[in-house]
Amino acid sequence: MAILEVKNLCKSFGKAQVLKGVSFSMERSEVLAVIGSSGSGKTTLLRCINFLEQADSGEIFVDGKAIFDANSGTKKSAAEIRKIQLNFGMVFQSFNLFPQYNVLENVTLAPRLLAKERDDYSSNKKAIFEEIENNAKDLLARVGLSQKLENYPCELSGGQQQRVSIARALALNPKVLFFDEPTSALDPELTSEILKVIKDLAKKEMTMVIVTHEIDFARNVADRIIFMDGGVVAEEGTPHQVIDNPHNERTRAFLSKLSER
Amino acid sequence: MSFLEVTLSLLSGFKMTLTIFGITLLLSLPLGLVITFGSMCKFAPLRYLVRTFVWIIRGTPLMLQIIFVFYGPGLLWDVSALPRMTAVLIAFVINYSAYFSEIYRGGIESISRGQYEAGQVLGMTKAQVFFKVVLFQVIKRIVPPMSNEIITLVKDTSLANVIVVEELIFVAKEFIASKALIWPFFYSAVFYLAFCGILTLVFGYIEKRMDYYHA
Repeated sequence: MAILEVKNLCKSFGKAQVLKGVSFSMERSEVLAVIGSSGSGKTTLLRCINFLEQADSGEIFVDGKAIFDANSGTKKSAAEIRKIQLNFGMVFQSFNLFPQYNVLENVTLAPRLLAKERDDYSSNKKAIFEEIENNAKDLLARVGLSQKLENYPCELSGGQQQRVSIARALALNPKVLFFDEPTSALDPELTSEILKVIKDLAKKEMTMVIVTHEIDFARNVADRIIFMDGGVVAEEGTPHQVIDNPHNERTRAFLSKLSER
Repeated sequence: MSFLEVTLSLLSGFKMTLTIFGITLLLSLPLGLVITFGSMCKFAPLRYLVRTFVWIIRGTPLMLQIIFVFYGPGLLWDVSALPRMTAVLIAFVINYSAYFSEIYRGGIESISRGQYEAGQVLGMTKAQVFFKVVLFQVIKRIVPPMSNEIITLVKDTSLANVIVVEELIFVAKEFIASKALIWPFFYSAVFYLAFCGILTLVFGYIEKRMDYYHA
């Protein structure tokens, strides 16, 4: 069964229709790259799936269960949306780390707050916090930041900050991890460290959706690529199909424009 | 009139100055936040109402507001005037709440949407995002403008003399009227300077304490 299925998602901002019926589905431990020019709706798609925007129509399923259905007529409460959101992790283009907390606190904050909802929270608080902290340290070690636990985000390079934000998202054990142009705000020499972390996650069978402009990286890490154009999925297939032998005229135009750079 | 006598007399005025300052600060700091929530409210009529109120308060002189609170009710309706000190405090609290509310609003609106969104995708409730993520950043940002406004308040207390509340400037002015002494008037500046100096040091310390990160 598909871990994530999106059906006919539409979204307009005022008169501008940004998503015009986007559908795709993905399997567990699949890595999906979403490419396309600016304004094609890639980021809006991610934001709709993550409930940062409310889609106008369409459906979203996780493990076959509808988490969003614009036609059902019933609006989900903030608490329900919050629960659903925990299926997903999100890594932002601009990191969005919490500047007043150090690296370790950035990763442990959300799990600690979430632990308050556990039944054994008050009786078992110390053990729970210890487990959360150890897990956070493991994750930070995985992204190569064991030496920076006590540092504040402002003391880190962009690449390091983005790695913290990946660890922060992983700390909640999301079923699907979304990346919104994770390297766009970074200097070229720093992008490789992020790509390395993502590749490592792919090896560990993390299910991921990556919006990116790094075509070579998409080819390298993705199982499947979606090319978006004008708010629809214009082409979809393996990296070989989409990047090396694109059928769609728009895909070809987009890729040739990129290679001119 | 000896220097000591003048000093003691000015000190009694300064005590009144400090009282106006302290009570105004204590009440308008939280009241300002209430006004902020009103002026950021999604319900448009309330938002416009609150913003109009803030516009009126910030757009008219505090001295006029003090006089209005003291004489207004008696002129409009057949009621006796409020005690002078009460009228002064009402005018000051309303005036400073309006100013503080705008500083708060600026601080809250300066926090990037990404901070809220990051909290949201991490499964935090709206309250958790506000108290655990946003609030500290807001406080750090508003300390400099708040300290500026609070130091202004120290000197604005002198406006209370228009309805004969015996704060520092009123007492100092009395020396001119009754004793033909002008130097106590200038001497009163020392009290303001000393107090503002202390406040400057306190706010400098707070700013430094919060300066462990940059955003």
